Amino acid sequence: MSENGQPVVATTADTSTVTDKVIDLRAIDVYYGRVQALTRVSLEVRQGEIVALIGSNGAGKTTTLRTISGLISPRKGEVLLFGKAIQGIGAAQIARLGVGHAPEGRRLFARMTVRENLDMGAYSRGDRAGIRTDLERVYTLFPRLRERDSQLAGSLSGGEQQMVAIGRALMSAPKVLLLDEPSLGLAPILVDAIFEVIREINAKGTTILLIEQNALLALKTAVRGYVLENGAVALAGPSEELIASPDIQRAYLGM
Amino acid sequence: MSDQSGIPGAAPGGTGGRSGSVTLVDQANLGPRTAEGSSFFGAAAPVLRLAYSLISKNFGALLLGLIVLSIFGTFLQGGATLMGNQIKNALVLGAIYALVAIGYTMVYGIIELINFAHGDVFTVSGFYAIFIANTLHLNSLATSSFGGLLLALAIVFPLSMLAAGLTGVAIEFVAYRRLRDAPRLAPLITAIGVSFLIEGVMLVREGPDYVTTGQASWINGTAFKLGQVSIGYTDLFVVGTALLLMFALGAFVQRTRLGKAMRSTAQDRTAALLCGIDINRTISATFFIGSALAAAAAVIYSINYGDVKWNIGFRLGIIAFTAAVLGGIGNIVGAGVGGFLIGLIYVFGGSLVGGEWSEALIFAILVLILTFRPVGLFGVEVTTRA
Ligand SMILES: Nc1ncnc2c1ncn2[C@@H]1O[C@H](COP(=O)(O)OP(=O)(O)OP(=O)(O)O)[C@@H](O)[C@H]1O
Ligand SMILES: [Mg+2]
Repeated sequence: MSENGQPVVATTADTSTVTDKVIDLRAIDVYYGRVQALTRVSLEVRQGEIVALIGSNGAGKTTTLRTISGLISPRKGEVLLFGKAIQGIGAAQIARLGVGHAPEGRRLFARMTVRENLDMGAYSRGDRAGIRTDLERVYTLFPRLRERDSQLAGSLSGGEQQMVAIGRALMSAPKVLLLDEPSLGLAPILVDAIFEVIREINAKGTTILLIEQNALLALKTAVRGYVLENGAVALAGPSEELIASPDIQRAYLGM
Repeated sequence: MSDQSGIPGAAPGGTGGRSGSVTLVDQANLGPRTAEGSSFFGAAAPVLRLAYSLISKNFGALLLGLIVLSIFGTFLQGGATLMGNQIKNALVLGAIYALVAIGYTMVYGIIELINFAHGDVFTVSGFYAIFIANTLHLNSLATSSFGGLLLALAIVFPLSMLAAGLTGVAIEFVAYRRLRDAPRLAPLITAIGVSFLIEGVMLVREGPDYVTTGQASWINGTAFKLGQVSIGYTDLFVVGTALLLMFALGAFVQRTRLGKAMRSTAQDRTAALLCGIDINRTISATFFIGSALAAAAAVIYSINYGDVKWNIGFRLGIIAFTAAVLGGIGNIVGAGVGGFLIGLIYVFGGSLVGGEWSEALIFAILVLILTFRPVGLFGVEVTTRA
């Protein structure tokens, strides 16, 4: 944003307790081989928030989510989830801690049915009654999936696949949900519907970290936002402030 | 993982003659890169390309046709009795190939590795079974009474399968795990190394000759006669056990939690991780089950043929691998069917052109599949939107 890459909007003052922070990235450096993808990225998501992560292609948004999920480890810095360092515990364990992730590219199990995909989301849960309730909840959020529940996921439309991806992440009853471009490739009317669902999920108590190309929609949905540029946080702050920022308006809102 | 990466390698014509909504994926990426090789033939290219696509699309029908013809040829040569006996032999052999092929296909499905050591796990299991039978004096027990036989079987099967399963798990842990994200050639070479290592150990420990198992005498007698063809209890036992195990595996993979973890890990490892699936445990389980089935095949083999040798698993393994490729590598049902088809080709091809040609014939089939239909007969179906 600004020439020297310093935030022009200050991060909200840190008055909260440690346990309040669901996600706490502290100056992480992430590399793919020799290529540095993230540089000293710090980011917090607090209990109950929707936080938006925006930035242009290749800025490092997906990498940030992959780091939170443990799919890739930072070379420097710390990742804290629910107040605890998660260094080296592995992605599966992180998922079991309560991190749901609807990844970039949806990554459904193409040769499994919709229902089986949703069941896989609940893989590490033992509470049958809770699973049934959540399945019902996913079907209520996405009635279309109930109709298609025995269809192979690979044969669904893009929008339906996105619903399964979100539904599968929800089936783990996550404390925090990571959504990587949930609106990708969807018709405008479906985009609105998906964002309506995202607000609904949040209203029921799930914290959400959201990547979205449509910066305005993302910021309107979120309470706070982070702007990534070239693998570093260029700006961060409450959504209204970001929307009002001239830099953001020029670069991301097309105003 | 495999689903996505397989698509670019899908052979020309690999989509089959279907409506276009179902795509068979060349999971192993074994097929030719492009059809452009035929440009070598200049003006004949369109004709060749058409021929290629016809053979490719009708590969299964052509193969079945050849099998039926060779069965009929055997009938003309030796009459119904020879034909019947050969069908019986083919099914017995096919049952063993099928069980071994499943191990190749399961491991391939989940980590995209052609586990060359699998055939040797089969052989080692044969020796495990001998050791177990000798140590626990099962040979006298098995021949004492019917109850004794059942008891001996109920001991030797699970124990050999357990030992083989642990062997498979150990091989994966020691030799393949650290190479999981290495270029594909690395674990493949390691697998060949493991294969030689196991064979070397068996050669030293068990000697260069056939070792009589003692299990040949376990099951005797003719169950019934179909015309002049006598069906022995051993034949029924071999085919019955193999089918039973395959159906049990099918149910396991379809219904159980671990089975679902295996399927989803094979389809998308990253997504499986995000669902909280322990990938290492799932892969270990895959090796355990594949190796245990190889052990079941080895026990069946011992009972049917009566002896094993340090290197029998090498050829048998590659033939079973051919069965897995024929059925569509990664496809469990395909491996089962492929095993029986390869059994038929081995026996009837051999009976037509001479038994010494059987293996050459199988490997010719392997080359033909890889050239014309690398997705195998059944492939791994990925239903995609047109
Ligand atoms: N597997 C990988 N190997 C090497 N480089 C990678 C890999 N994945 C991502 N990168 C690089 O890391 C940088 C950040 O990528 P990332 O996917 O996080 O971007 P993004 O913000 O999600 O972009 P988009 O909006 O296009 O999805 C890019 O420069 C990308 O080329
Ligand atoms: Mg991305």
